[in-house]
Amino acid sequence: MGSVTATVAPPTESNVILWFRTFGAIVRSGFRRYATYRQAALAGAVTNIVFGFLRCYILFGAAGAAGTAAGYDRAQFATFVWAGQGMLAVILLWGRPELAERIRTGDVASDLLRPVHPVTSYLATDLGRAGWACVSRLLPPVLVGPLFFDVYLPARWSTVPLFVVSATVAVVLCFGCRFLVNATAYWLQDVRGPQILWTLGSGVLAGLYFPLPFLPDALFLALQLATPFPSLLQTPLDVLVERDPTGVQAGLVGLQVGWAVAILALCRLVQRRAERRLVVQGG
Amino acid sequence: MSVIDVRELRKEFTVRVRAGRLRREKRTVAAVAGVDLRVERGELLGYIGPNGAGKSTTLKMLTGVLTPTSGQVRVCGLRPVPERTRLALRVGVVFGQRSQLWWDLPLRESFDLLRHVYRVPAAAHAARLRRCRDLLDLDAFADTPVRQLSLGQRMRGELTAALLHGPEVLFLDEPTIGLDVVSRQAVRGFLAELGRAGDTTLVLTTHDLADIERLCPRLVVIDHGRVVHDGPIAALHDRYGSRRLVVADLDTALPQPPELPGAPLLRVEADGHRLVFALESAGVADVVAALAGRAALRDVSIVEPDIEDVVARLYAGKEGPLVNASGRAGAPS
Repeated sequence: MGSVTATVAPPTESNVILWFRTFGAIVRSGFRRYATYRQAALAGAVTNIVFGFLRCYILFGAAGAAGTAAGYDRAQFATFVWAGQGMLAVILLWGRPELAERIRTGDVASDLLRPVHPVTSYLATDLGRAGWACVSRLLPPVLVGPLFFDVYLPARWSTVPLFVVSATVAVVLCFGCRFLVNATAYWLQDVRGPQILWTLGSGVLAGLYFPLPFLPDALFLALQLATPFPSLLQTPLDVLVERDPTGVQAGLVGLQVGWAVAILALCRLVQRRAERRLVVQGG
Repeated sequence: MSVIDVRELRKEFTVRVRAGRLRREKRTVAAVAGVDLRVERGELLGYIGPNGAGKSTTLKMLTGVLTPTSGQVRVCGLRPVPERTRLALRVGVVFGQRSQLWWDLPLRESFDLLRHVYRVPAAAHAARLRRCRDLLDLDAFADTPVRQLSLGQRMRGELTAALLHGPEVLFLDEPTIGLDVVSRQAVRGFLAELGRAGDTTLVLTTHDLADIERLCPRLVVIDHGRVVHDGPIAALHDRYGSRRLVVADLDTALPQPPELPGAPLLRVEADGHRLVFALESAGVADVVAALAGRAALRDVSIVEPDIEDVVARLYAGKEGPLVNASGRAGAPS
């Protein structure tokens, strides 16, 4: 068994390269793990499309004969809805509480026995999952919507890269928020309460149920600055439909980045506190 | 330097118990109450105890998953909790009741991911994987998602996963639980092979004492959070006075039971047709020869002391010689 038990050779390459290689491998495995569930992806995409029609007609109704409401015209509403229906699964506003399950069953011990920080490895897996969702869940509504509605296409070239950055940051931020909701299981065992609050709160405050500019301006601004929710969905979609000039768009993305950094830092803090009081369930 | 060095290790949990209609009292329960343990490189240590004795808690503290209440722990020279991620590169852990594999991925991809997670050079990874594949017959199910594997197959995958980064210490928490005979033997054979190579330290907790007899020269028994035995299995037999028995079936009963030096007569059964002797200083051959000289022997059988009986007595807290070393002694085959 000699060859099986030699100790790990000291790495020869720089730590940063190795770190990215590890991170990349976990991202790829995340993609592969979620790509096994193809029927679920199909069912999800169909549901997203059906609700896309529903939401689109409701917002058109709100726009009325004038064709505008809350600063959006009909084409902007269509883009907002169909891109939003696709992004919903990419940021994964409502996922299965996998981490909370692992905490409850004690399987989280295996995560702690890896040489990678749990927040890092869960984030990498989630990015892989989001990659798969881009293929399986983002594309279908984005392709179907324009067949039935006139959609708004960005007029400025800078909008496209800004939207890509904004959507990516939204994925990271949403991961962080879900991680925090799940991590309450370290203290509560059962995550259903926080999960329900999150489902309700994020649906309303992220701009899924209705675009947030329907709210009074001051309230919308307060939500945007003081909570991470609008940064999850409202901001990337507003960037895409060019509600604001380029400078404001960039500022909004900057705000998102700020929230993402803060939430990830909070995740690490919560994880550290949790490990100190952890009781691993089961024998 | 010891690979594992534990001094005065304690872990206390606070539980709330009902004390009246609404009132709840806080009570402190010590799951591990002052364990001392030193394990040298290459040792195979059996760590056993009844349910709730503190075995798994100890293991979790040794791997850095749980923070001890007090005491000192060094594993591979590292402090497990503050240096957990560094320690993870140098130890492997197999939990029989949990999985460290990815449910949705086939073993082959899990192993590849582990190579990157542990940053193992490709050549070393391939060499270790080849050894495990040969010894554990992994090829037949390497492409099946883990969720579709049988428990035995999964456990073989778990063992491989725990060894691919070449750990110095392998912790095994009930690795044979729930396995059928064939899988259990495969796992034991593999661990024995690993132990023979001598550079991996194995710490094994189990309820299956056959694992221990087969694998572990050293046995540590823990009960109520304390070490109640630390030494070879033979020492446990000595302590409880469990001895091998010679059961002789005679054609005709002897009027006077014989007295054999070094082998006291324990019981006379079946109207004197069956005599049971305990082997102390005498050998089997001496006893058989002496008996053959005095009576017509129909059958002779040797009954080995049963580790389970000894351990059951140990758990029950009964000291003293085990006179009736085995309930099965009366019916030798």
